[in-house]
Amino acid sequence: MSKTAEFRTCPTTGLKVNLAAERLIKANAVAAVVFLAIGGLFGLLVALTRWPAVHFLPADWFYLALTAHGLDVLLVWIIFFEMAVLYFASAVLLGCRIATPRWAWAGFGLMLSGALITNVTVLLGQSSVMFTSYVPLKAEPTFYLGIILFAVGALIGCFVFFGTLVVARQERTYEGSIPLVTFGALTAAIIAVFTIASGAIILIPTLLWSVGLVAHIDPILYKTIWWAMGHSSQQINVSAHVAVWYAIAAMVFGARPLSEKVSRMAFLMYILFLQLASAHHMLVEPGFSPEWKIFNTSYAMYLAVLGSMVHGLTVPGSIEAAQRSRGLTKGMFEWLRKAPWGNPAFSGMFMSLVFFGFIGGISGVVMGTEQINLIMHNTLYVPGHFHGTVVAGTTLAFMAITYLLIPLIFRRELAMQGVARWQPYVFGIGVAGISLFMMGAGTLGVSRRHWDMKFADAILPFDYPSAAELMMGLNGLFAVLAAVGGVMYVVVVVKSVFFGRKLAPDEKPSYPEVPPAAAVVAEHGSAKTLRIPGTTMLVAIFFLAFVLYYFVNWKYLSEVWPLS
Amino acid sequence: MAITPPSERIWWKEPIARVELIWIVIAFTWGLVMFFMMIYWHGAGEQNLSSEAYQIKAEVFAERTQAMIDEHTVRDESGFPVVHPPAGSDVYMMARLYQWSPILELEKDQTYRLHLSSLDVQHGFSLQPVNINVQVHPDYEMVMTIRPDQVGEYGVVCNEFCGLGHHLMVGKIYVVDREEQSDE
Repeated sequence: MSKTAEFRTCPTTGLKVNLAAERLIKANAVAAVVFLAIGGLFGLLVALTRWPAVHFLPADWFYLALTAHGLDVLLVWIIFFEMAVLYFASAVLLGCRIATPRWAWAGFGLMLSGALITNVTVLLGQSSVMFTSYVPLKAEPTFYLGIILFAVGALIGCFVFFGTLVVARQERTYEGSIPLVTFGALTAAIIAVFTIASGAIILIPTLLWSVGLVAHIDPILYKTIWWAMGHSSQQINVSAHVAVWYAIAAMVFGARPLSEKVSRMAFLMYILFLQLASAHHMLVEPGFSPEWKIFNTSYAMYLAVLGSMVHGLTVPGSIEAAQRSRGLTKGMFEWLRKAPWGNPAFSGMFMSLVFFGFIGGISGVVMGTEQINLIMHNTLYVPGHFHGTVVAGTTLAFMAITYLLIPLIFRRELAMQGVARWQPYVFGIGVAGISLFMMGAGTLGVSRRHWDMKFADAILPFDYPSAAELMMGLNGLFAVLAAVGGVMYVVVVVKSVFFGRKLAPDEKPSYPEVPPAAAVVAEHGSAKTLRIPGTTMLVAIFFLAFVLYYFVNWKYLSEVWPLS
Repeated sequence: MAITPPSERIWWKEPIARVELIWIVIAFTWGLVMFFMMIYWHGAGEQNLSSEAYQIKAEVFAERTQAMIDEHTVRDESGFPVVHPPAGSDVYMMARLYQWSPILELEKDQTYRLHLSSLDVQHGFSLQPVNINVQVHPDYEMVMTIRPDQVGEYGVVCNEFCGLGHHLMVGKIYVVDREEQSDE
């Protein structure tokens, strides 16, 4: 008890930081970055193979690398980092001790061993079944076992987070309601419990099937429940990275939410409706009724999309309100022009916001439309979409907040600041390119998860349009750019965390700048400071793009063979 | 700030800013438009996927496909039978590691009931360059009514990963004019 209740006071923010929580945040963040590096490398190999002029890996290695890429970045990197976010948003933001740190370490150990077991299994080569492992494709039993262990570890982490919220309330370490960022993290954790339960329901029988104890698993049942895990886990990411956006806006600008009520309602929409989205994956499967598809794929009349669209206004709006209250009031965009673009926490966060909305968000809704899915299902449009959400959105947001966590949690000076300054741009532009060119290739019909778009060894010849090859070449180029950005991130993090200059106990880091909380003047809910014409304009542009793109795709759909 | 508890303890009674309220109304309305657009298309649009499907054993599906092949094969192409079934009939295409079989020859502007199923693992029926993409499951048969509206040679790519030979799996559908057929 005495050991778990040790604290230090952060000289920058004045937050009371629990040392046990701090150690857990460090461990989870470091594990996350290691798996990002591994998974990112596999991703680069995949992109180089899909570049027709390079066609780097042989077929079996390609499918192996693609399986490992999905696992390591979509699952392992993101969930490890989310554990760090959960512990930060609970123990650190609420200034309390972390509940049951031993359980938290047990969870960490399970996650780490699960991730290693699955990685080794995949590398041994008998489990190239893709991240989704659709039955009746069969992987080695350890493939499923590793994922299950990892998920159980993450579940423990979620309960440690819930416990910590209880501790904070009981020990009265804060007044009133939990902060918005903690609320967002709570949203993520609640969705995570649903997600992991779905995963257990389907992966445990699948594990038993792979060792021969269960005779048969229905492929449609598998897919429906698997996606209750697979898609919902992306909603954990959305909740977590939106919480991170709010956190960065608060730390860099002292921004307040425009209105607590609206932002919290938007998070609540995620809890209520996002898990319906597993239906997105069942739109062209045999046997589902249109009623089921329409209700579920629209998250019940797009109420969860409404949540994201609200955050899309309130996050930049809160930044604009804070900037204007500092006197940056000229014209529509002085607040944005004079934003700290050299601060990687801000530039990464802002690009994450824009790319998530414009690239990932719009494409996701369009692709998830019942009938339009027909012209996109399993084409490269799908990975194009989710690289926009999970990489340009979540990963970039997590990278951005790392630049604040290094000085504040790791207590090290950020190393190689010149590299850090450019990193979000290199990575962000690379990923935006990857997303757009994959979506382009997908619109031209190119299949995802495919080794050879030229079908050189197939008995019957077939060619995609030559523009598709150009798209995949550009995709390769931008993947290289994104990989450079990824390497920059890993190098800066490793150099800072392990070799960076230690900050003295009361020293405030000089970079990236984090203004003291006292500078905050923007009041929420007040008509006086709340003028956000710039954000209104950005949102109007977004809405116009959304509507146009949506109907353009109905036009595309109307041109294919009539079918019923 | 978003990282501290709300400064107003009774935050749920704060007024909502006008701009937020307007945006919520617009976004909600847009959600309704998108929702009803899907329903509207079921009435007005011509591209709606059938929900007709049956559980079926692989052997049964293979038998039915073979019966169609036996009856309506018109020629052979690279070892695949090319089948020209009568307009309006039930046509079958089976997926298995790593081929689509048979090659279908259909008539333009005629409707067919296309049956799709897999004999082994999941596959993806990706008709190119039309870009119609449907998942194909083992144990289930999906039946969709199609009406090819352009003459040409179409590729059927497998777009669900099915194994190490996934990229070898290409099938074909020909769409021909009705007159052309009457010569044969």
